[in-house]
Amino acid sequence: MEMILLLAALLFVMGIAGVIIRKNIIFMLLSIEVMLNASGLAFVAAGSHWGQPDGQVMFVFILAMAAAEVSVGLALILQIYHQHKSLDIDNLKEMKG
Amino acid sequence: MDIIFYITAFVTLVSTLMVITRHNPVHALLYLVISLLSLSVIFFLLGAPFAAMLEIIIYAGAIMVLFIFVIMLLNLGKETAIQEKEWLKPKVWIGPTILSAILFAELFYLISSPSATYLVQQTVDAKTVAISLFRPYLIGVELAAMLLMAGVVGAAHIGQHKKTTLHRFLKEEEVL
Repeated sequence: MEMILLLAALLFVMGIAGVIIRKNIIFMLLSIEVMLNASGLAFVAAGSHWGQPDGQVMFVFILAMAAAEVSVGLALILQIYHQHKSLDIDNLKEMKG
Repeated sequence: MDIIFYITAFVTLVSTLMVITRHNPVHALLYLVISLLSLSVIFFLLGAPFAAMLEIIIYAGAIMVLFIFVIMLLNLGKETAIQEKEWLKPKVWIGPTILSAILFAELFYLISSPSATYLVQQTVDAKTVAISLFRPYLIGVELAAMLLMAGVVGAAHIGQHKKTTLHRFLKEEEVL
């Protein structure tokens, strides 16, 4: 059981590393997907450890949330590319974030 | 069963590592599909076949197709790969890697030190999940439906390509 939690933690760390080190917005969105997968793995592992369906229910909710997030995020990426002709987040300085 | 889990976990970790280090977006997408497939194998090993099927159908089937559509729309090519390769020099990330490795060693020690038992393999099938999904979690399903609707409307609104319009007074001056 602890190996599965370790795998989920490792995947989550890889997703965080991908968000931090990449400058391309598409890669950052991919890394966010990796993080969502890791949390889903933790939920399913916990649900199967207790023999309850609640973990898979939470995984279904994570899946729906990931689908909505990806559709909005990809629309934002298209709009940023149309306005800036680049996907580098350093070019988005006027957001003053 | 253990050795299968370890091999699948190894595949997952290697493919995810390749996802965050590739320079070409399509290569990264291919590695991410591999990662999703191996995760679904792990779900099967955990006795959750419904989650495994959803992982393959929705993640590897639907969300990855969205990514491929956008990458082909943007037509990212060689210049993006060169740019990312210039940014990912080893001397930039070797220090944070050592620090995070220390943190990971701490995490490994904390998780593996108490004598926990390995998980009991019992299958939670789709029927049980569906009964739980549509009886106690029904309000969650409704909220997920509203979230998906908001996502679709938001994507359709953000994604439309509108021209940059001036203010109407400025436009009149421009005409005159």
